[in-house]
Amino acid sequence: MATLSRADVEHVALLARLGLSEDQLTRLEGQLNHILDQYLVLSELDTASIPPTAQTIELENILREDTAGPSLSPDEALLGAPERQGDYFVVPVVVEGAD
Amino acid sequence: MRAVTRRDPTRLFAHEMAGGLRAGEFSSRELVDAHLALAHATDRGLHAWRFLDDERARAVADAADARIAEARRAGPDAIAALPPLAGIPIALKDLVVTRGQTSTAGSRILDGFVGTFDAHIAERIGAAGGVVLGKTNMDEFAMGSSTEHCAWGPAANPWDLARVPGGSSGGSAAAVAAYHAAVSIGTDTGGSIRQPAALCGIAGMKPTYGRVSRYGIIAFASSLDQIGPLGRDVRDVAALLQTVAGRDDRDSTSSPIPVPDYLADLPADDDAAAGFLRGLRLGLPREYFVPGMEPGVEARVREAVRALESAGAEIVDVSLPHTDYGLATYYIIAPAEASANLARYDGIRYGHSVREGDVLANYLATRGTGFGDEVKRRVMLGTYALSAGYYDAYYVKAQKVRTLIKGDFDAAFERVDAIVAPTSPTVAFPLGARLDDPVAMYLSDACTLPVNVAGLPGLSVPCGLSEGLPVGLQVIGRAWDEGHVLRIGRAFEAITADADWRRLEPAGLPALADPATPAPRLPAMTMPAPARPA
Repeated sequence: MATLSRADVEHVALLARLGLSEDQLTRLEGQLNHILDQYLVLSELDTASIPPTAQTIELENILREDTAGPSLSPDEALLGAPERQGDYFVVPVVVEGAD
Repeated sequence: MRAVTRRDPTRLFAHEMAGGLRAGEFSSRELVDAHLALAHATDRGLHAWRFLDDERARAVADAADARIAEARRAGPDAIAALPPLAGIPIALKDLVVTRGQTSTAGSRILDGFVGTFDAHIAERIGAAGGVVLGKTNMDEFAMGSSTEHCAWGPAANPWDLARVPGGSSGGSAAAVAAYHAAVSIGTDTGGSIRQPAALCGIAGMKPTYGRVSRYGIIAFASSLDQIGPLGRDVRDVAALLQTVAGRDDRDSTSSPIPVPDYLADLPADDDAAAGFLRGLRLGLPREYFVPGMEPGVEARVREAVRALESAGAEIVDVSLPHTDYGLATYYIIAPAEASANLARYDGIRYGHSVREGDVLANYLATRGTGFGDEVKRRVMLGTYALSAGYYDAYYVKAQKVRTLIKGDFDAAFERVDAIVAPTSPTVAFPLGARLDDPVAMYLSDACTLPVNVAGLPGLSVPCGLSEGLPVGLQVIGRAWDEGHVLRIGRAFEAITADADWRRLEPAGLPALADPATPAPRLPAMTMPAPARPA
């Protein structure tokens, strides 16, 4: 298992959409590597023939009828909107060249 | 049996309050007013609460009074049919969404978020006539073992205001220990109900994964999170579990297995309760007496085990050989699931939002300023563990070790009916003591997180004091065996009913009553950077 380089930390921060200062990145590099060291013990265990457990409840494919029902009203849904226009959330531009 | 004093209703157990309400000795309104007054007067030095909603609580209390009065008019059958928590003051952890009230999950990123629906458990509590007083302080997104990682400041332990109440449900534990509420709701992903219950000297239970619906509970780790009750008495804990447990169509992981009547098997008579221990096989796992366990904690737990044995239980030495791998397993799976669950906090639809640049710059700034340090650590760990090239080495590997950890318990339960162990390796530690070393903090949960990994029910009950601070005994059961676990907890209460330490109130209460006592704070050297204003 690898240890994290500074470049790795910056890459993961970008993947996680976390804006971090240089100070925070430095502190995190040390802390994360210290935590990753704790994971090394798992390599002591031979798990080649062990199936993974994703969840312990052993329920599968819990579905419901695809019928429409009451949901949030537009006002309820938009209650916390940082920016609102009518019944829409206002979002930053995500498509280049659009206006 | 205790001599019950009616002079101060906040000192009653919930089941005693229920008796008083049914007998017409006091009203829910009087009960709720007394608790609200105490909470307002004594929370400054404790910071157990994020907010108290007096107006709503009083309205619900009045409705409960009408319901109780109607039952008293109708006769004994109607009174007996009243739900156990009708009219009783309850606290909810700040990640339980309720309509028209804020929930922030202890995070700046949900600053000002107002719920537009009720969580399933809030609906159930409402239908049962329970009176929610407000919401309690917690580690941000339930990530923590001390209730120090909170955007709005830490909580303290009522037994020593310079120490932590445990976490992440520290506010829920402290509020009950300080008599602000009769019972409270917490959540437990790696120990976050059981550990603060142990550190605050009360009972707390994490049910089997799937026993209680997670609909409307702000998510941390979806295969580990469970909602559960805290209280000063096992019967009260059982009553709240009874109130909230059961299948909910809106949570696909909520189990259709019927909920038994837990209270029916918890006798009021101590001898009857203790009789459950005769012939019971209780496993004592040697790996749970971890290096770094305080001698006083170990002594209290071993004394508790001897008491169980004297009462007729057979103590069986068991081994859960993969226990030491639990920390790494949990600290891969939980952060991985958290990184996915917390991806939704982007400042687009609600909460803290920074809009100074393009969409990417806004995400980076919103999440960079909205999340605290512990959350960032875990989101980073989880993102890394799930990323291309590392997914098999970390996440899948951890899931395989999860199978082994669960297998340890399954094997042990072929030889014993339940397992007893310490809840926490130490008593409450000082505020700030573990903030510089995340791994030291994670070790607080060494005895609790394997139970989440295996999805089993676990209860912590107080078993004495070490140097004046509470110690908890943990009881772990087979899946869906909440009934047995509660009976063992009740039996332990019964056989220790006359213990000196049961007569003590938390030592910090007089200071809490002093208006000059300041709010809890972290020592200056470990003070996190203040959250920037939105």
